[in-house]
Amino acid sequence: MCTTCGCGAGEVKIDGEHAHHEHDHVHADGTTHKHDHDHDHDHEHAAAAAHEHPHAHAHPHSYAPAHSHAPGVSTKRMVQIEQDILSKNNAYAAENRQHLVERGIFALNLVSSPGSGKTTLLVKTIEMLEGRQHVAVIEGDQQTSQDAERIRATGAPAIQINTGKGCHLDAHMVGRAMGKLELTEDSLLMIENVGNLVCPAAFDLGEAHKVVILSVTEGEDKPIKYPDMFRAATLMLMNKCDLLPHLTFSVPRAIEFARRVNPAIEVIEVSATTGQGMDAWLAWLECGAAAAAASKLVTVDALKRRIAELEARLPQGS
Amino acid sequence: MHEMSLAEGILQLIEDSARQQSFARVSTVWLEIGQLAGVEVEAMKFCFDVVTRDSLADGARLEIIALPGTGWCMQCSMTVPMTEVFGECPQCGSHQLHVTGGTEMRVKELEVA
Repeated sequence: MCTTCGCGAGEVKIDGEHAHHEHDHVHADGTTHKHDHDHDHDHEHAAAAAHEHPHAHAHPHSYAPAHSHAPGVSTKRMVQIEQDILSKNNAYAAENRQHLVERGIFALNLVSSPGSGKTTLLVKTIEMLEGRQHVAVIEGDQQTSQDAERIRATGAPAIQINTGKGCHLDAHMVGRAMGKLELTEDSLLMIENVGNLVCPAAFDLGEAHKVVILSVTEGEDKPIKYPDMFRAATLMLMNKCDLLPHLTFSVPRAIEFARRVNPAIEVIEVSATTGQGMDAWLAWLECGAAAAAASKLVTVDALKRRIAELEARLPQGS
Repeated sequence: MHEMSLAEGILQLIEDSARQQSFARVSTVWLEIGQLAGVEVEAMKFCFDVVTRDSLADGARLEIIALPGTGWCMQCSMTVPMTEVFGECPQCGSHQLHVTGGTEMRVKELEVA
């Protein structure tokens, strides 16, 4: 999202997607900014509004119909909406979730502050699961594809999403990235969110669970400082536990704070560096993955969709 | 929470509704925001003004209807008022509270022309 003007997912880049065309927007106050567009443009314009942004190319505008605008006649009326502000994101998330559940894929949304060791933990996890569990990764960062490259070095498929100025992944971005990954059935999908303990809490991506990573080099009171995230998570991984002897961090206090916000949260203490606790974490993952594969939702509709997808991949005329 | 994204979500809902219901201007927007939704009302108003500039809701008034936070206390087996997400039960002091209301973020209605 563009924080200059709030104009949609302006600078989102996903590995392997073509660069979208860009164009300038000039606002009434003279500020100019560039952003690229998805390919479905529907622009809403007030019928009488002065329309100042020059477009380099034609695209369809849906104008509100020119209904009675007789001067002096008030046409004010009330419109009931009664819709959740995040309903658009939630609809995309529901689509993603259905896609994942039908294929028995166990998807996790990994959230934390920047620098908690998410990527290192992920690399270690993939290495330890090699030959046991197929893993694919979606990496979210504002800029660079360094994290996706670190993941690909392990041999696991990874797609980088750059959110540009955006501070979280949303379900639409993740859906597009899932399409590029060609996910294997009964596999594990790890979505590493942008390092941020605030915004990602509100955005469902279609995952089975959110996993929050808290490293012991951070404050033990983070769960009560950022309660939304810890409330949304199923599991808290306490990372960098090998450093505990050098710190004043109290593990029981951190757990107490987390349970105050979310009484049901599970906790596993790990160290990606020494491998401490990794067995418990891998067991948690394999248990979830096995359950997802076992409860694969094979419905007639799901099968029909799969057939349509496979038919679309057949060469034409065969 | 992230008021800028939320403001953008509100504008999307307004634009969708304008297409379906054929209106061209919005003069007032009523939101229902729960006390536990983590939304800063002042930040929301600021972001709404920024996001709606040059849109069909440019200059629209934002009215916020606050909804109270409530939770189910597992110790007391009753619904109790909550003022913060990690709050304690006002009856027994327990943190074993399950939030049951107050996390709403909804566009309720619009005054349009």
